[in-house]
Amino acid sequence: MFKIVRKEALNPTVTRMVVDAPLIARKAMPGQFVILRAGADSERIPLTVADYDRAAGTVTIIFQVVGAGTMELNDLPEGGCIHDFVGPLGTPSKLDGLKKVAVVGGGVGCAIAYPVAKRLQELGAEVHSIVGFRSKDLVILEDEFRAVSDKLVMMTDDGSYGDKGVVTAPLEQLIQAGEAYDEVIAIGPLVMMKFVSLTTKKYGVKTTVSMNPIMIDGTGMCGGCRLTVGGEIKFACVDGPDFDGHLVDFDEAMKRGGTYRDFEAHAREEYCNLLNKEVQ
Amino acid sequence: MALQRNMDPHKCPMPSQDPAVRAHNFDEVALGYTYEMAVNEARRCLGCKNKPCVTGCPVQIDIPAFIERVANEDMEGAYRVLSASSALPAVCGRVCPQENQCEGKCVRGIKGESVGIGRLERFVADWHREHSTEAPEKPASNGRKVAIIGAGPSGLTAAGDLARLGYQVTVFEALHLAGGVLVYGIPEFRLPKAIVQQEIDGLKAMGVDIQTNMVIGKVLTVDELMGEFGFEAVYIGTGAGLPRFMGIPGESLKGVYSANEYLTRVNLMKAYQPGSHTPLLHSRKVAVVGGGNVAMDAARCALRMGAETVYIVYRRSMNELPARAEEVEHAQEEGIIFKTLTNPVEVLGDEQGAVRGMRCVEMELGEPDASGRRRPVVKEGSEFELEVDTMIMAIGTSPNPLIRSTTPGLETNRHGCIVTDGDDGLTSRTGVYAGGDAVTGAATVILAMGAGKQAARAIDEYLRGKN
Repeated sequence: MFKIVRKEALNPTVTRMVVDAPLIARKAMPGQFVILRAGADSERIPLTVADYDRAAGTVTIIFQVVGAGTMELNDLPEGGCIHDFVGPLGTPSKLDGLKKVAVVGGGVGCAIAYPVAKRLQELGAEVHSIVGFRSKDLVILEDEFRAVSDKLVMMTDDGSYGDKGVVTAPLEQLIQAGEAYDEVIAIGPLVMMKFVSLTTKKYGVKTTVSMNPIMIDGTGMCGGCRLTVGGEIKFACVDGPDFDGHLVDFDEAMKRGGTYRDFEAHAREEYCNLLNKEVQ
Repeated sequence: MALQRNMDPHKCPMPSQDPAVRAHNFDEVALGYTYEMAVNEARRCLGCKNKPCVTGCPVQIDIPAFIERVANEDMEGAYRVLSASSALPAVCGRVCPQENQCEGKCVRGIKGESVGIGRLERFVADWHREHSTEAPEKPASNGRKVAIIGAGPSGLTAAGDLARLGYQVTVFEALHLAGGVLVYGIPEFRLPKAIVQQEIDGLKAMGVDIQTNMVIGKVLTVDELMGEFGFEAVYIGTGAGLPRFMGIPGESLKGVYSANEYLTRVNLMKAYQPGSHTPLLHSRKVAVVGGGNVAMDAARCALRMGAETVYIVYRRSMNELPARAEEVEHAQEEGIIFKTLTNPVEVLGDEQGAVRGMRCVEMELGEPDASGRRRPVVKEGSEFELEVDTMIMAIGTSPNPLIRSTTPGLETNRHGCIVTDGDDGLTSRTGVYAGGDAVTGAATVILAMGAGKQAARAIDEYLRGKN
């Protein structure tokens, strides 16, 4: 059992939890993930490590409430316990030696992009962060990004905050304006990572994306998280989750990501009904 | 007291659920012998002096001795003989390929059917579980720590043997539940999870500490276990590893599963239980590619999850199926269709990226290959399409890289399997032993248990010599 030391809502659908997990905090690096189960019968959910405090022995996760599993997790109170919490899994992001990087985050993906930006800044790189959200209400981690970025561009789809539009527009402008990035690191919805990769490919800028496919065990055993990268089958859990964005077959990943859409909608509805019953 | 031998040439058939009924439930298929059946079957044993059956047992159970006790209706005595050699008798009685092991060597098998050794083993283990009130004895600790990586059949066997010798054993398990393939792979209808849990509880009562959610190679390394955590020896029983795919077009379509994923969803994540939150496609027509026990398990699970048609697609013929004979028979009785001498060449998808069928070729058997089995070759112009909405790949695994990539000096072969010295399981690192599928590649539960047993003996010898 893993104690939730702190819990706060970052926006109406996104929650941050600081979890007591000393062994994981000892080793965790940006880009790695944990797998958790909220309760004894819950699904296994992979979540990228959003932060860690080695001294305090805590790991931070940030998640969006989307399905039954994340609803169950979000129902756990501060001081309560997560049933299972295992990690750090996957390979850490390779950030050493980078001098100038554009970090592109989208939606709740910013929770994963932030520790990358933070680590890059610690390593002495020049960091330009471009972060996008659907609207002003959904913005998260703005202060955190500002603190670790040499340049921060805020975007919203509806223009209710920052500039209106998608993240690829300012990214392309910056590249065209002569910003010579060693690498672009994009973390967010698949469709965003796909278009960031298409944009940077035109300019030959190396691009790394963080894939978050359906996963069960997280150790390579099930193969559910497989992706096609450069024509080869790769397992996101052991070979990734970071991959060369110019080689990932995003269209296939998007289709696979929708495998259980009906099931998830049904499970979510069922879980909500269960709660309604409890409330009544 | 001289007993009347039972000279019936046939072994007592196993009572089992009706195929038409069991194809739709997850209850255990084989129901087990009654007391009378067990005693009668035991009296078929000739009690051979040279015990050929024991030579066929990877954990060398004294088979004639336990059967003699059953024949004399001393069930607890029979259990003591079993448990002296096997940490998991209720499991082995159910999943061992006895026809190639003990029963394959049985003298009664020459002129008739062999003694039902596996069925008797299962009976004794079940009888003990249902009737015994004796708590397992907790051995006096010698204060020396041994780490076991992986709570599957190999690791649990090594843990049990070492705990009996007084070692302080900690088992590190990557998943949230101990049992390895016994809980994520082998389905409830073949091996009820309550039985696995009971065997694990027995180990815990003996003082074995089981730590779940511990992916060694990630959370901690072998060197950390042997350094700051003070373990004097380590046994690596991490199992088979990453599922293989065929490398044909379409394998990433929605509806293509590895058998590991499909079975894990159904078994470990309990998709078979009503109200489960584990997502699983509602398959109508399923093709399972492969011919081993894992393929049979996946096919029979798919049937029970509601599929109308389930094919086993295998490139060789019925004679070469590597699965246990009983599993093949059970699968056939339940209505699984065997498309042998057939090999998929492409998975076909629809506009939504979901499986709609597969393109196959027919095969014929040519000359024997390195494995001694006749090599399947493609029959010219035999291409055809099979309409399916789900495809489950059960064609084996390749070793998991997590331990070898984080343990300097641990030698592995070109396939990635850990290299061990002889039968003891000693690796290229002092104090580090390995066994089971992590060493051999995908094999059976009992072979993994045999390796765990031998390694436990070797670890004990090493630590006693080290002092």
